[in-house]
Amino acid sequence: MATKDSSGKIHVPDAPFRPGEESSFENWPWKPGDYPMPDPKKCHFQDTVDLAKGLVRVLDDDGNASGEWDPRLSSDQLRTGLEHMVRLRIFDDRMMKMQRTGLLSFYMRSLGEEAVAIAQTMALEEQDWIFPTYRQPGAQFVRGRGMVSMICHCIGNVEDNIKGRQMPVHYSYREGRFISISSPVGTQFSQAVGVGLASRYKGLDEVTITWIGDGASAEGDYHYALNFASVFKAPVILNVVNNQWAISTHSNFASGMGDFASRGIPFGLASIRVDGNDFLALYSVTKWARERAAAGSGATHIEVLTYRTGAHSSSDDPSRYRPKEEHTKWPGGDPVDRLKGHLIKLGEWSEERHKELEERIDSEVIDAYKEAVKFGDLANGPYPSADTIFTEVYEEMPWHLREQHDEMMGG
Amino acid sequence: MANMNMIQSLNSALDNMLDSDPNVIIFGEDVGYFGGVFRTTDGLQEKHGDHRVFDSPLSEGGIAATAFGMGLNGLRPVVEIQFADYIFPAYDQIVNEMAKVRHRSGGEFWSPVTLRTPAGGGIRGGHHHSQSPESQFTHTPGLKVVYCSTPYNAKGLLISAIECNDPVVFFEPKRCYRGPFYGDPHNVPTWADHPEAEVPESQYRIPLGEARFAQQGSDCTVISWGAMVHVCEQAISDSGVSCDLIDLQTLIPWDRESIVSSIEKTGRCVIVHEAPKTSGFGAEMAASIQERCFYHLEAPIERVTGWDTPFPHTTEWDYMPGPSRIAAAIVKTQEE
Repeated sequence: MATKDSSGKIHVPDAPFRPGEESSFENWPWKPGDYPMPDPKKCHFQDTVDLAKGLVRVLDDDGNASGEWDPRLSSDQLRTGLEHMVRLRIFDDRMMKMQRTGLLSFYMRSLGEEAVAIAQTMALEEQDWIFPTYRQPGAQFVRGRGMVSMICHCIGNVEDNIKGRQMPVHYSYREGRFISISSPVGTQFSQAVGVGLASRYKGLDEVTITWIGDGASAEGDYHYALNFASVFKAPVILNVVNNQWAISTHSNFASGMGDFASRGIPFGLASIRVDGNDFLALYSVTKWARERAAAGSGATHIEVLTYRTGAHSSSDDPSRYRPKEEHTKWPGGDPVDRLKGHLIKLGEWSEERHKELEERIDSEVIDAYKEAVKFGDLANGPYPSADTIFTEVYEEMPWHLREQHDEMMGG
Repeated sequence: MANMNMIQSLNSALDNMLDSDPNVIIFGEDVGYFGGVFRTTDGLQEKHGDHRVFDSPLSEGGIAATAFGMGLNGLRPVVEIQFADYIFPAYDQIVNEMAKVRHRSGGEFWSPVTLRTPAGGGIRGGHHHSQSPESQFTHTPGLKVVYCSTPYNAKGLLISAIECNDPVVFFEPKRCYRGPFYGDPHNVPTWADHPEAEVPESQYRIPLGEARFAQQGSDCTVISWGAMVHVCEQAISDSGVSCDLIDLQTLIPWDRESIVSSIEKTGRCVIVHEAPKTSGFGAEMAASIQERCFYHLEAPIERVTGWDTPFPHTTEWDYMPGPSRIAAAIVKTQEE
């Protein structure tokens, strides 16, 4: 007869801090300049173990850039990156207000994670494919999508390019090679490997980038992706955005190990952890991964270490499951403040110019909203016509859909 | 023309498509070097190169997801799920992703994947090598669902499925790979000399959505698909009743017109499938038929199906519809 375990309990992890507690993160031991940059084309995946267990940083806490990973971007490029991030933050802020006043059904912000999609997409070539989650809409700004079109989607009005078929923030933007976002988390991760392999099959210099959350990395699709990417040496960049929280589920429930980047090593993938609030480090690591993929040396698995400052979506109140001010304690700080501070330090930016930028963008967002509602608002429409329920289910409408369509239309 | 069994005709379809369309790519478990556990892809890697026909990890979810991504980026993947019983790890990728992407993206993205999968019983495969899960897919808008039954229609339907710009789940009745099956496990005929085994070497198409009249008669309409088509042929002969035998071929979209015109003539209908009865595709057909043919029906619509149980191993012939059960149902429709 088996002896009874004295505890008689399942070990259930918890978040480090819960409401009412004081969050306190240990200072990161990693500093800019800690890690040399290996040759992306030639290095063996085992040469990246230190990078996976450490943290690539370029910007220090005082706004100085240093180390081999400094991408040495021009001040114009830095200002472009800053403008995209500020635009995303203000856009999100306005859209969230719309949601709160009943003008949108739902919304999801990228607050605190603006650098992720923006720096990473800026590091790519324009022919590269973007396979995002709902937390990377910022990539569209880099690829030139207008805000009016994005707002029309979020409202689901007659100008919504996906015809009111998905919830807000589930963008699709083919012109920018930004692939349709799906709600089931993680599915895009393994699909991205297929997109990349098709580019390889056609002999094209295209790389596919994709992201997954720390929470969704527990899905099978994440593991399929790493394995297929490794086996077939797919030209893909596989990012786990570890923002600590999956709605209320802390990343302690997604991995018993505590870090995510190093999960790529046993799959045989070059793996790097990067400070997700450091625009320059993100840019540089992504450029490195692109070079590796394009050279045929395979995929890179990147953990983007960040913090989800906002709620998961407009439907949850984070103060119910984590300390309200926890984001202010995050050792990575705020991505917009850090890039802004760096530009100021370089003498290429100022508080005044920043304020002017914010004011200009805010009025652009307001103008875009006014323009978008000309095509219909949530309360009154006009919405896409009801027959769009039946179109594009198949390439051509089969008889049984035609019949139901006619029934609905009273024909 | 050549006499082919179903393995050979499917292989010929794949070979033709690899020849004619450089975007066709084939992968799956054991399909490359070895040529598939049922030999369906035999010789294709050697002929077309491992760049186009290759083995995959044992990962149905990964196979479906990778194929989906390839399809988004301009390829026309044809993947094999080794047994239909193993398709479920890929279910999310098929029903939420492949099936929905054209619609959810407003037509910006689509992925023309064909998923080939051997299905159905009669090979002593027990409950995890014998199931016929077609109705798990007919309930998903955005998918087309095909079920072949002979060497001739297998090739023509597979070519149409691969060329289709919608995702297609293509079921192959594994019991009929090497010969038709008339419901007697001790009688194992081959496809040799069967008229439906005369298969052109060149490309031809059977349009998706069209049923086939396997035989014509006057007093009852028997509808089936897959291996059961041949069992029905035997049952009709045993019953002595003059029947239309309709091989549905495509389940989504199904050929209602042919069925309605047949039932308007016969006034009676028997639907036969291997899959369990409850929520089987026969239920959908019976409901649709009564909507259209109520006043032509002279007797209740009969369904002869697998039982609502897991598929058994040693007792599979008690599970699968056999000629006697089907013949009894045909005779019953004549009693009114």
